[in-house]
Amino acid sequence: MCTVTPISLTVGANRIVPTVAIPHPLGNPALTHEEEKTLRRHLVEKALKALQTEVTEQTIFE
Amino acid sequence: MSKIRVVHYINQFFANIGGEEKADYQPELRQGIVGPGLALSAAFKDEAEIVATVICGDSYFNENLEKAKKEVIQMVASQKPDLFIAGPAFNAGRYGVACGTIADAVQAELGIPVLTGMYQENPGADMFKTKVLIVETKNSAAGMRDAVGKMAPLALKLARKEEIGASSEEGYLPNGVRKNFFETERGSKRAVDMLIKKLAGKAFTTEYPMPNFDRVKPNPAVKDLSKATIALVTSGGIVPKGNPDHIESSSASRYGKYDIDGIYDLTSSSFQTAHGGYDPTYANEDPDRVLPVDVLRDFEKEGKIGKLHRYYYSTVGNGTAVASAVKFASQFSKELVNDGVDAVILTST
Repeated sequence: MCTVTPISLTVGANRIVPTVAIPHPLGNPALTHEEEKTLRRHLVEKALKALQTEVTEQTIFE
Repeated sequence: MSKIRVVHYINQFFANIGGEEKADYQPELRQGIVGPGLALSAAFKDEAEIVATVICGDSYFNENLEKAKKEVIQMVASQKPDLFIAGPAFNAGRYGVACGTIADAVQAELGIPVLTGMYQENPGADMFKTKVLIVETKNSAAGMRDAVGKMAPLALKLARKEEIGASSEEGYLPNGVRKNFFETERGSKRAVDMLIKKLAGKAFTTEYPMPNFDRVKPNPAVKDLSKATIALVTSGGIVPKGNPDHIESSSASRYGKYDIDGIYDLTSSSFQTAHGGYDPTYANEDPDRVLPVDVLRDFEKEGKIGKLHRYYYSTVGNGTAVASAVKFASQFSKELVNDGVDAVILTST
């Protein structure tokens, strides 16, 4: 899970989930704590979905 | 002959605006020279002058690639330059990506020669070395003199549209371009000379280095997530408060293995980040923003995943050598496999 996905591609990651921002990939200080948790859940769910998806090449799960 | 007009692109740190806390600095155009432009300017002597400098925060650029590109190109174009120079970025990853991206865009949209410089392991190097010339620099700003010493003469050559020699001669990263020329000695003699050196254990230079692909086939998907053990790994430097293993804030020489058994939420009193390459404020306030323990514990409770592995592994990715990263992961992935982990979520900053 990372923000600058071109870097993930360059270093060879196969399952990539884009995140919010460099200093807080799984958070957003502009939101309330509750909203942040919801956002974090959503992103980690995407990661779990990616882990359950067969891929044959580098894939970004938007 | 009139002086070559140069526009220089640098980040917030080299412009002396600030460090990580100012990485969100939006593009600014300043007349004349700023920061390292001074060294470049001295090397140019009377041949070229830096008429303007564009400054942009590394996080702003990388998090707003399309918008930032447009803004910066407009600023560059407004100065009607003959030549564009970005960086040098040394081993700063976001800065290298920004320099490569903007040099490539200026070359394409404004049709003027461009040059940048960075360390070989900078992610921007692999991304852009075939698109723009990238001078090879040392891995930190201690190498500024060396970098400028190579960038200035090459930049002048580009601006004067002179012929550019091989990468090894001019000091740029090999870019895959081949030019045919006649060797002075025939191939059979060169091959035998090389073989004799090799047999004698002497050093020799290969004429054709093998490419380093370093790609791994994707592993099969997790079949049943509700029974799976998921482990967390991060390069974002999340460590127990106090950084007990003293993981370095840059160029990490080690990683940590930490027990989160019974921990359902990372807080500012129990954890922190050791990473020196991004503004630590947000990660220190709530470390779950980099290592999502709270959410994975919830998923565990809800039966979405079988289990969150009790250990997580952490290092600091800031300027850490590729060889080190490979070494760390080779070591701890053996443990992960032995511990029955089915999948890993790796977070990075």
